[in-house]
Amino acid sequence: MNLRNSLEMATATHTGMVRSHNEDSVNVETDIGLAVLADGMGGYNAGEVASGIATALIATETREALTRLSPHDVDQESGEMVAFGLLNDVVTKANESIYQSANSQPQYAGMGTTLVVGLFCDNKVTVAHIGDSRCYRLRDNRLEQITRDHSLLQEQIDSGLLTKEAARRSQNKNLVTRALGIEPSVIPEIHVHEAKPGDLYLMCSDGLNDMVDDEDIELTVSSLSSNLPLAATQLVQMANDAGGRDNISVVLVKIKRDFPAGNGWVSKVRSWFV
Amino acid sequence: MAKLILSLDGQVIKEYDINKERMTIGRKPHNDIQIDNLAVSGEHAMIMTILNDSFLEDLGSTNGTMVNGQPVKKHFLQGDDVVEIGKYKLKYVNEKAGGMSQQEFEKTMVLKTPPVETAKAKAATDTNVSDTKPDMQANPQAAVVAQAAMKADAAAEQPAVGGKPQEDATNPLAGAAGDLGGTIQILSGPNAGRELPLSKPLTTLGKPGIQVAVIAKRPQGYFITHVEGTNFPVVNGKPLDAQAQKLQDHDIIELAGVKMEFFLKS
Repeated sequence: MNLRNSLEMATATHTGMVRSHNEDSVNVETDIGLAVLADGMGGYNAGEVASGIATALIATETREALTRLSPHDVDQESGEMVAFGLLNDVVTKANESIYQSANSQPQYAGMGTTLVVGLFCDNKVTVAHIGDSRCYRLRDNRLEQITRDHSLLQEQIDSGLLTKEAARRSQNKNLVTRALGIEPSVIPEIHVHEAKPGDLYLMCSDGLNDMVDDEDIELTVSSLSSNLPLAATQLVQMANDAGGRDNISVVLVKIKRDFPAGNGWVSKVRSWFV
Repeated sequence: MAKLILSLDGQVIKEYDINKERMTIGRKPHNDIQIDNLAVSGEHAMIMTILNDSFLEDLGSTNGTMVNGQPVKKHFLQGDDVVEIGKYKLKYVNEKAGGMSQQEFEKTMVLKTPPVETAKAKAATDTNVSDTKPDMQANPQAAVVAQAAMKADAAAEQPAVGGKPQEDATNPLAGAAGDLGGTIQILSGPNAGRELPLSKPLTTLGKPGIQVAVIAKRPQGYFITHVEGTNFPVVNGKPLDAQAQKLQDHDIIELAGVKMEFFLKS
């Protein structure tokens, strides 16, 4: 089933104003409803190698898996949607691939990446993430963060040590507690959310949300939702105007209409007409 | 490394490097920072430090602890905060990690805790500030950093942008264009005469579904961009292209059949 008629996606990525190269990587495959964003870390060019492996491998592996599996079915063993296990598998593969490169090639030693992946199917979005790359949802003009950072700061907020406001002033912004490719295995956090027509999903690297307040992000995506590419470049511009201290990447996904997974031939026939 | 400068009546007495997870302040000699004065409680306050962030906590002292003139129980210390204990002042100076460039320092790193200990570390952070000590102590050392590689990397990059405080960077829209007071005045149609201040970072104009443009307030000024609709906005008689255009004082904008003027209010 091709989702091009139901979803619109736009991306933007930028080195920022301070860094010399862009270690972020984004990849969207609208037809299969997949959006991937990764923020790499590690010396020389290793950061972008890690994020590049993650986005490319997850896209090809997901496309391949979708030829075998129906993501909207419920897995008999786990009771979860198949999409859940599918994302878990592809993220695991990406982790192994990065970890092996890092350990076999000295110039890549210590590289890793954060990750956020959204897989849209059957009026739902399955979001997997690792580290501090985020996914937000704009619904009824209200922006809500639907991932929770795997970072020291988030743990401090959860424990009540810091308020959200104080966290903006913290100097420990750059410490993530989970990343892809650092250890032999990793557990992605995965959640399934209902996706409604009119929803807008924003995925971003911390280069955006560290520089631009959630309030201004909300204003931007809600007022520019009719022009996604402009909204994406506007967000990058705002982060750069604010200093652009890190690489900035955004992925925007708009739900234009329902995308129920029909079973078998009904949906195939329908897809010929839309 | 952050430090505290102890002074009395403007005379500097001593400087203390914050080099421990937990530093105590009090009258008794076992304190890390001893202030031998009767207005100071035996164990008066303590400073807990997690990597680069320091927190001041009053330990139930008799005469209390003030920061920048306000009494506090617990406080997240910011650069140049002045802590007052009795007549003594402790100035908090945070010169971000000596030797390391700001840039290098800001690079994302993984805080690696051994898998078994993750739950424990989390439980500790969840319970109480002072209880986190043992785990926090282990963390900085355990933080996986591709040190050598990172250094070379940072050296190749341009130097960090000055020593600007964090707040500046996060809220730049408050400056620059913010003071110019860009305003739109409607010149034609039923709303003629109305003024619309461009106070937000983005202001949209027009009719959704027909023609919409947006004016972005940036440090360099105000920029208009076409958002949706087949017709593009016209500025001073010339239609825009897909690019943003900087607005000049008294530019005339035509949009969805309405004429308006952009001007800068002083």
